[in-house]
Amino acid sequence: MKRFTALTLIFCLALALAGCKGNTDSSGGAVADQKNGTVYYLNFKPEVAEVYQEIAEAYQKETGVRLRVVTAASGTYEQTLKSEMAKSDAPTLFQINGPLGYLNWKDYCADLSGTQLYQHLKDKSLAVTSDGKVYGIPYVVEGYGIIYNDAILQKYFATDGAKASSVEQINSFSKLREVVEDMTAKKDLLGIDGVFACTSLKPGEDWRWQTHLANIPISYEWIRGGIDLTSDATREISFSYHENFKNIFDLYLQNSTVDSKLLGTKQVMDSMAEFALGKCAMVQNGNWAWNDIKGIEGNTVKEEDVHFLPIYTGMEGEETQGLCIGTENFFCINAKASEADQKLAADFIYWLFSSETGKKFVTEDLGFIAPFDTFSADEHPDDPLAGEVAAWMNKEGVQNIGWNFTLFPSQTFKDNFGGALLQYAQGNMSWDEVVTRTVNDWKTQSANR
Amino acid sequence: MKNESKGWRGILLTAFLTVLAVFFLIPVFLVLMNSLKGQFYISDAPFALPNSETFVGLRNYWNGIEKVDFFSAFGYSAFITLFSVAAIVLFTAMTAWYLVRAGTRAANGLYYLFVFSMIVPFQMVMFTMSKMANLLRLDNPVGIILLYLGFGSGLSVFLYSGFIKSIPLDVEEAAMIDGCRPWQTFFFVVFPILKPTAVTVAILNAMWIWNDYLLPYLVIGSRYRTIPIAVQYLQGGYGSRDMGALMATLVLAIIPIVIFYLACQKYIIRGVMAGAVKG
Amino acid sequence: MQKSLRKYFAVFVLPTLAAFVIAFLIPFLFGLYLSFTKFTTVTNTQWVGWENYIRVFTDNNDFLHALWITVAFTVVSVLSVNLLAFGLALLLTRGIRGTNLFRTVFFMPNLIGGIVLGYIWQLIINGLLLSAGVDITYDPKYGFWGLVVLMNWQMIGYMMIIYIAGLQNLPGDVLEAAEIDGASPWQKLRRVTIPMVMPSITICTFLTLTNSFKLFDQNFALTAGAPMKKTAMLALDIYNTFYGRIGDEGVGQAKAVLFFLMVAVIAFLQLRATRSREVEQ
Repeated sequence: MKRFTALTLIFCLALALAGCKGNTDSSGGAVADQKNGTVYYLNFKPEVAEVYQEIAEAYQKETGVRLRVVTAASGTYEQTLKSEMAKSDAPTLFQINGPLGYLNWKDYCADLSGTQLYQHLKDKSLAVTSDGKVYGIPYVVEGYGIIYNDAILQKYFATDGAKASSVEQINSFSKLREVVEDMTAKKDLLGIDGVFACTSLKPGEDWRWQTHLANIPISYEWIRGGIDLTSDATREISFSYHENFKNIFDLYLQNSTVDSKLLGTKQVMDSMAEFALGKCAMVQNGNWAWNDIKGIEGNTVKEEDVHFLPIYTGMEGEETQGLCIGTENFFCINAKASEADQKLAADFIYWLFSSETGKKFVTEDLGFIAPFDTFSADEHPDDPLAGEVAAWMNKEGVQNIGWNFTLFPSQTFKDNFGGALLQYAQGNMSWDEVVTRTVNDWKTQSANR
Repeated sequence: MKNESKGWRGILLTAFLTVLAVFFLIPVFLVLMNSLKGQFYISDAPFALPNSETFVGLRNYWNGIEKVDFFSAFGYSAFITLFSVAAIVLFTAMTAWYLVRAGTRAANGLYYLFVFSMIVPFQMVMFTMSKMANLLRLDNPVGIILLYLGFGSGLSVFLYSGFIKSIPLDVEEAAMIDGCRPWQTFFFVVFPILKPTAVTVAILNAMWIWNDYLLPYLVIGSRYRTIPIAVQYLQGGYGSRDMGALMATLVLAIIPIVIFYLACQKYIIRGVMAGAVKG
Repeated sequence: MQKSLRKYFAVFVLPTLAAFVIAFLIPFLFGLYLSFTKFTTVTNTQWVGWENYIRVFTDNNDFLHALWITVAFTVVSVLSVNLLAFGLALLLTRGIRGTNLFRTVFFMPNLIGGIVLGYIWQLIINGLLLSAGVDITYDPKYGFWGLVVLMNWQMIGYMMIIYIAGLQNLPGDVLEAAEIDGASPWQKLRRVTIPMVMPSITICTFLTLTNSFKLFDQNFALTAGAPMKKTAMLALDIYNTFYGRIGDEGVGQAKAVLFFLMVAVIAFLQLRATRSREVEQ
């Protein structure tokens, strides 16, 4: 009898002890929560997950407020947001990808027009608004295009019978193709495995094509068709410029480092490694990729050799086309959180983009080009790609393309499109079928919204 | 059984089984080998031995451990498994004994309800259970023990009941007549007899809980990563997957299992056999 | 005895029962209810009747395709796992040297979790296909057979142990009698061994059947349904539907209910089969 009581006691004690331990080492103590409150941020960008841990430490040191950052795995933000929002201690700060994200989460988006951060937003038209109220504040401007290694291109321009003599001459798809195909023919001479890095089509790693590249033909369809992007007209597409998508996509596939049958397991990091190691001359990606390139061990690419080229697809008049510049990152504050928690969240984002410590994190570690007037002209990330994006934004006579993929119907749509692209690359699906499926899927995914 | 270990047939058989055993071990060996290679040399040549260009020593291990915080993942997995199994072994034994011995209609009804839960797939309750867990603040490594007790009770009550039905009543009645209260009877008389089944229950539940992915992922995954969640996180998260770190983490995930298996092999195999005979 | 027990209900049953109600009963009933509603986060449910069930079949073909894959996978793996496990069990009950060591090795993969197994085999299968210049996403066949191989690697050891237990319980004199009567090894196997280990066969069939039918982790880690959901089995399809897109939660829950009904039917048939066989004996 006594032995049993003793055993039970020990068991309960162990449970209690273990319980305490479990609580403290995971979240930094419940005590701090009660005193100064917590900001719970559900982060979208896995590539800067570690930076946010440092920011959390710095923020707690400066203000005493705890910042809890949870990062969703790539391609699972909506899913994570959904399961987290269902919880009682839901995120107080989260993000949407644009007007469509707002439609999904409008019950949860608080009006931000009174927040300090919004007052400092340089271009107010970038914000997600509805009925004169502000529900999403863009916090980073990004751009993507074809990143190239100038050292390899210069080597090519010096070869016999080169199809161009400078990068400036490459200002259309036909010229790009000429150059690329000639480079492929001379790849041994240039010391590369292929002109383009592998077209990563592993599920979840295919966003460079199903989202970013697709943005170009769809944007042209809407712009040239005079479509009102806030209307229901975006619920259907005709994919009229699918040939242009195919043009550049085929070029990527056929002049790549990797055989197109092997793309289903390739990931973005593989592409960036090939580029960083000098195994290829070009890769389609955005300015956020600089950290990847820099971080690859044994990288041979020099900082001054990394530049952007617009993604040409064979559109008429594309000579003046620029990069794709925009944002899909809008801060939202959970309207269902308590007033106090909402204020804490608003204070945090203002701190991040206005205090000295915060701004240092933004430009140096997060590498964000921030759209706020709290940043002076020389306070921008000093990496070459961010510099290029800034330069393209201010170039005369150039039309940059916006990030209209925020109007793509759903993650499922993108995943399905990516899956179809993989099948096409492997030779298991005809292009016509890809197009039909995409048009139909857009329609079904836009219904039942 | 005849002894066939001698003669050419025995040798042939041994040789065949040896080859087969090697095939069973190769996958684990391959992962071990690749964990020592640089991350970009794995997918392209998984069967190549590491060489001076591709060998990176233990770097993948440090990488993997750091990226997923492997030691705390191990801690959570161990904590959750240990205490959930302890709770299941104890509480479901009590429940099963009570239900069998009470023998009332209500008790039978409850028993069948427990058995019924065995056939319900987790997907049926995945969302509602995680919602429930959150509502009751069970979404932490302590609370999840209660969920495992609840979701694991079906099989365990079933296994215990089968065994208890075969124990003669005499001993218990004698104890009762001697003035033992029911809980004394249970702990001093019945539970010791139940030991073999308790081992089976412990082993089967430990194997399930240690390796379980979806339940902990949905309930506590955003804050506490157990080992399966850590492995999956490494794969899906972090922008891109680092094959080297993945291989190293796989090895680290296997090591505790192998140690545990080699140490308790006798019990595990016996537990599985016993579980099957009754299941 | 029964009477004296009654007041101890709270001590003996309540802890388990409370956990059971919280972790299973309420979620189960609530899940049934949710399958008839449209919801995102439970706070905003809206009754829609049978619409979710209709949408399971009309939105797309995913569910039926997943069902077909699941059935095909289950049939193939039940057959292959049990045949191989039984064969191994026969070999390992012949008293050859090293039996224990072999048993240890063959059982080991069973303890490794599904997620870890999935990634191990992804590496191997992609490595093997590399020589053919393709990868596992190239053709759904690869993912399917990869999953079968994985399942065999994991389950054979477990089933083998159960068969060994069955074979060891065989009375030796019956086999000897058969031998004296001049039965060939094959006849001995068919007429004596198999009928006598029938209980083990029933158990193993049931275990492989439910395990294959409900498979999730391995499927999730090995292929995640690639290419284009063609290798997604039911459990994975439900998970993807549920968490894939806002507005589809109810459909996912409806699929889960259908899934549950199928598992229930299988279990019921299995139970009846076992019962009737017990009566025969």
